[in-house]
Amino acid sequence: MKFLFDSDTWQEIYGGIRKNKTRTIITIIGVLWGIFLLVTLLGASRGLENNFKTIFGDFATNSVFVWSQRTELPFKGFQKGRRVRLTTNDVEILKREYKEIKFIAPRSQTNSAITRSFKTGSFNVSGDLPVLDKVQKKDLIYGRFLNENDIKLKSKVCVIEQEIYEQLFEKDEQPVGEMVNIGNISYKVIGVYKNGNISFDGAAAYIPFTTFQQVYNRANRISWMMITANEGVDILQMEQDILLTLKNIHKVDPEDQRAFGSANLAVEIGKITGFLTGMQFLTWFVGIATLIAGVFAIGNILLITVKERTKEIGIRRAIGATPIEVRRQVVLESVFLTTVAGMLGIIFGGFVLFLLDYFLGSGPDPTLINPTVDIPVILVAFLILVVLGTLIGLIPAYMATLVKPIDALRDE
Amino acid sequence: MIRINNLHKSYPIGKDSLHVLKGIDLHIKEGEFVSIMGSSGSGKSTLLNIVGLLDEHDEGDYFLNGQEIKNLNEKKGAVLRNKFLGFVFQSFNLISYKTALENVSLPLYYKGVSRKERQKIALDYLDKVGLKDWASHLPNELSGGQKQRVAIARALVTQPKVVLADEPTGALDSTTTDSVMDLLKDINNEGMTVFVITHEEEVADQTKRIVRLKDGIIISDTINIQRNPVKTV
Repeated sequence: MKFLFDSDTWQEIYGGIRKNKTRTIITIIGVLWGIFLLVTLLGASRGLENNFKTIFGDFATNSVFVWSQRTELPFKGFQKGRRVRLTTNDVEILKREYKEIKFIAPRSQTNSAITRSFKTGSFNVSGDLPVLDKVQKKDLIYGRFLNENDIKLKSKVCVIEQEIYEQLFEKDEQPVGEMVNIGNISYKVIGVYKNGNISFDGAAAYIPFTTFQQVYNRANRISWMMITANEGVDILQMEQDILLTLKNIHKVDPEDQRAFGSANLAVEIGKITGFLTGMQFLTWFVGIATLIAGVFAIGNILLITVKERTKEIGIRRAIGATPIEVRRQVVLESVFLTTVAGMLGIIFGGFVLFLLDYFLGSGPDPTLINPTVDIPVILVAFLILVVLGTLIGLIPAYMATLVKPIDALRDE
Repeated sequence: MIRINNLHKSYPIGKDSLHVLKGIDLHIKEGEFVSIMGSSGSGKSTLLNIVGLLDEHDEGDYFLNGQEIKNLNEKKGAVLRNKFLGFVFQSFNLISYKTALENVSLPLYYKGVSRKERQKIALDYLDKVGLKDWASHLPNELSGGQKQRVAIARALVTQPKVVLADEPTGALDSTTTDSVMDLLKDINNEGMTVFVITHEEEVADQTKRIVRLKDGIIISDTINIQRNPVKTV
């Protein structure tokens, strides 16, 4: 291994590389492109992944949503097409029956004009329990969210979305304690929240569930419910069980597919994370394939140049270079080229990621968040590159020593 | 220095084999200046390749500096070439992207001499062939005669036992031929064994011993008394 630290070895390699400029450049571009693609693609897909993570970040991902529709099958004397209604009673039963339920939030929603002095707008109005904050974290800018006291007292209070606040209030005006009219009833604003990237309610004003039921005359009927399971629960199984229970309560045929609708957030997110996994796989596949192609290009070019350099190698051997020394030179040339090209590719890729981050990674709605590649990943890719470079360098090196010096030196 | 007994060599050509050397007996002592004469196809290049350890013989014995050459592997061959032999080729065979100095110092690199030492020795030898001022020039900036002198310096730089020259003047005009031959003579006068292959009578005439080869056998082996032939009218 001493030769690795011998300046003469490198002098010889530098000479060989400098002489064959075209070959050197083509080789470097081949590998550089491969590792550049790998770094950029990995970084970009990481950025996308991070973005998805922030989108789902404030959401309990093991959630199921259930709502009611019309039946599609006649059952126990009922005609088909009967309207089924979820009620608070269902919520109580589910809460009692299912130990795996962590939170259950009944939702009652409507649409209404919200007015403050001369300003007005049409927004969603939602009657909710404080537990909603647990299922879907509310990012509060001012004040607080609904609490148990509001429910108990059927207070006329509301928590409004930032958009409502911006439409009804002056800029930087203190909203907490101010009154707004929802329909014809006056409510006191107790908080302002900001929607995340995913919202099921749009720009909504949350009022206490009990208040809503009374004001809008809903009795115990609710629009839909959000259920969050405990950690580690088979959410798909729970979804099916809950639907069966509901069908049982409401005297719906167990085979009825239409009476209750449900959506499983875990499944929806699974689709996207599956897509992300697929993309990551594709990234690796494309990147490594390009890398290998680049290394093969190096091998190919080295092979050609070995043929071109047959004479030079013959001279070297005639004046006393042993086959090992010749081989070593060719292999080191290959390793040196792949290493330099790899490093350039990493630097170039890092620079492009920096640009991506600069142009796409900031602002209110970034496409990529923190597009990075792990250092170990880079090191592994780099190591693969060097190993491949060595292996592929062995072929031309072997070819170089196969030619007898006498054949190499023979004139024409 | 070189002792060859009953040397045979044949090359396979398709299914047949071509018998090139048919029993050569040659004995060259230290300090001799020998030329091998022969037309093309006489086997003189083959003989040189075998003597230069670039090729292996089929039959017979070959002793170089008292060491029997037999079943040499490439590595051993390379070491022996580096240690005992210096080559001068017809087409110079300098490495085109290296300067004259680098070309001359290359054998020392493979010998394992340190960089500083190499430069110094190589420069001495370039000086000896009168090309000290051309040390930093690339081969394509040199004339044919200069290239051959660089090649001779390269052959001498490891202080070999024998200098093998294969048609050293084949690519040169008569003036440069004389200067190159003078250089070889000087080297020989300093005690170096020089082994020249040529088909030019004028070149052979300047050596001390002429061995004529024809169809793979030695037809004459004479001491050349007229080292500096006087022109007769």
